Amino acid sequence: MNSTSWKEPSIAAIVAILAASVPLVFDAYWLSVSVTAMMYIALSTSWALFSGPTHYISLATGAFFGIGGYLVGTGMSDYNLSFWLMAAIAPIVATILAALIGLATLRLSGVYFVIFTLGLAEMIRNLVSWIQNNFLGSRGLYVLTDFTESHIYWMLLIIACCVYLLGWLVNRSRLGFALRIIGNDESVAKHVGINTAMSKVILFMTTGFFAALVGAVIAPRYTYIEPNQVFSPELSFLVVIMALLGGAGRLWGPLVGVIPFTLIWEFVSIQAPNSTTLFLGLVFLLIVYVLPHGFVGRIDQINKKLKERSH
Amino acid sequence: MKRRSTLKLAVGAALAAGLAFGTAALGGETIKIGAVAPKSGPLAGGSTVTHWPTIQLWVSEVNGRGGLNIDGTQKMIELIEYDDKTNPGEHIKAVQRLITQDKVDMLLPPYGTGFHIAAAPIYAKNGFPLVSVTAISDQVDSLTTKFPTMFFTLGTTSAFVGGVIEILNDMKAAGTIGNRVAMVNVADAFGIEMADAARPMLENAGYEVVYDKSYPLGTPDLSPVMKGAKASNPDAFLAWSYPPDTFGLTKAAITENLDVKVFYTAVATSFPAYGGAFGQAANGVIGAGGTNPDDPKIAAYRKAHMDVTGQPADYWASANTYVALQILEQAMEGVGTIDRPAITQYIKDNTFDTIMGEISFDKQNSAKFWSVGQWQDGVFRGVKGSNVDGAVDVQVKSGWK
Repeated sequence: MNSTSWKEPSIAAIVAILAASVPLVFDAYWLSVSVTAMMYIALSTSWALFSGPTHYISLATGAFFGIGGYLVGTGMSDYNLSFWLMAAIAPIVATILAALIGLATLRLSGVYFVIFTLGLAEMIRNLVSWIQNNFLGSRGLYVLTDFTESHIYWMLLIIACCVYLLGWLVNRSRLGFALRIIGNDESVAKHVGINTAMSKVILFMTTGFFAALVGAVIAPRYTYIEPNQVFSPELSFLVVIMALLGGAGRLWGPLVGVIPFTLIWEFVSIQAPNSTTLFLGLVFLLIVYVLPHGFVGRIDQINKKLKERSH
Repeated sequence: MKRRSTLKLAVGAALAAGLAFGTAALGGETIKIGAVAPKSGPLAGGSTVTHWPTIQLWVSEVNGRGGLNIDGTQKMIELIEYDDKTNPGEHIKAVQRLITQDKVDMLLPPYGTGFHIAAAPIYAKNGFPLVSVTAISDQVDSLTTKFPTMFFTLGTTSAFVGGVIEILNDMKAAGTIGNRVAMVNVADAFGIEMADAARPMLENAGYEVVYDKSYPLGTPDLSPVMKGAKASNPDAFLAWSYPPDTFGLTKAAITENLDVKVFYTAVATSFPAYGGAFGQAANGVIGAGGTNPDDPKIAAYRKAHMDVTGQPADYWASANTYVALQILEQAMEGVGTIDRPAITQYIKDNTFDTIMGEISFDKQNSAKFWSVGQWQDGVFRGVKGSNVDGAVDVQVKSGWK
């Protein structure tokens, strides 16, 4: 038991070291594809931390990501604060917000939560516009730094590793156990004395924290921040699709979803620029009909069959 | 896991190598030019009117002449286009792809302020000149210092607002209007910025802002806004608006029969579709941008635009886009080789003969642009601008019939 539980993090460490060498090996184009992929790896893995065990589909990623990007933009552009300070403040703000939202909504069951999170990004975007319009004014939000794509890539890689490590620790903790019970049957969880609301809120805050951090780190890449672009509902959907494609049941599931997805997305964008939405729809169908538990689910199933056969 | 990721690396490398060889075989007689701009997403409505058709026209004209004269031979343009889906991340990837995979010789400017600024570091790093058109910033100085290959051509926020205030001042001095101004803005970046610039300027010029409201981007029904503006009984109505609400506000003004001497809507008032949608009612509406359609060169450009692309050029940035392409074309031929640092330096040092007349850059910024235009008998003509010829007199708006 002990040896298998250490196998995964060891493999993960090797993969992380390989991934760290990407900017040294790839040219600028493949690096820019890798930055996008790494962004989604960090976002999807942190999404799966919460949604994997609890089965609550959150579409709030765009909202938290937007908070990260927007706060870095407004802090650096309007108040001349440093990138590092804003990158530290943004995830804290998002975490507090996630706590408030979590406390208000996570007592509700499934579908109400999905609908609420869908509206959340839009609500925050409008709130930001309203504040800008009435109090701050707008002068265009510039995030001018000396970061290259390599720097951004490495920062995202570190975030992704932190998410992974945290997920691994949570899985081995009482909290992780509690979440799995909640995911299987919430009323059972309540009956055995688990504080279901608190467990869910803590994980939801974690997701919010990391999504905002990723948004903050991506802001120097966009250089010019427009609320309409950072609070993007499309981002929330992409994160969910990639995580489900890989399989949210395992920590490394989103990783095996993101990599093929971004490569095919890139291929489709170049070969048939108008078909990316169609591609998105096909992936959705694929998940629902063929891969209900993602690639990970299929892999586990095959492993199980192989074992049965060998007996 | 380890094997999987080495496999990925191998596949990636093989794919990259294949693409590199595939494109190298084509080189020689053509010059490769790359363009990335929205073909889908929120900005596609503007870029398919202003940006893409002008590029199509320019490429067809240059190739019709036998191509560009580079290295002593005529080279045809091979245009490689990508859609950025109005998404900065996609835009960056596509630009990198053009540079490293397609190995383009030259890049055309993006569409939209945010995309220029997101792409500027890549253009600068690889030495590509970025002759921007649809980028309006209040930080031209710091941006051109940071990005030494970036050029600005379309003017500044304060110039756009200033042009409108000049019109009001002229009319007030002539006794045509009083000092009651109703002002609305879309609660989004550009709209907020314009409204912020306008408030102190109006106040300093002695106007009373009798109505000052904003509405969220994408508001479908603007008649409550227009009812409020009408109730304030203004002499002039100013809207710092975006394409959908420019149309929405005008429609509401017609329905409410807003009786003002000055009616201004900002972005997209210069689109031919505006005149098409409102016909005679558009008469006298003023808006952002402008052009001089009577100038023979502009007239010839507009005719060619219609003939080649099958759609009319807009009455503002279409011509500026063509000018930016002419500048690139003349700089490339002037230098005579694809030496991008030399081409950038050439743009800084020389004066260019364009359809908008002679253009030169002072600290990478051109001060020749239109700021306000007006619909007059089915044509949107420039009425205010900076260093431009052919501005016509402003007419007083009289009703919506």
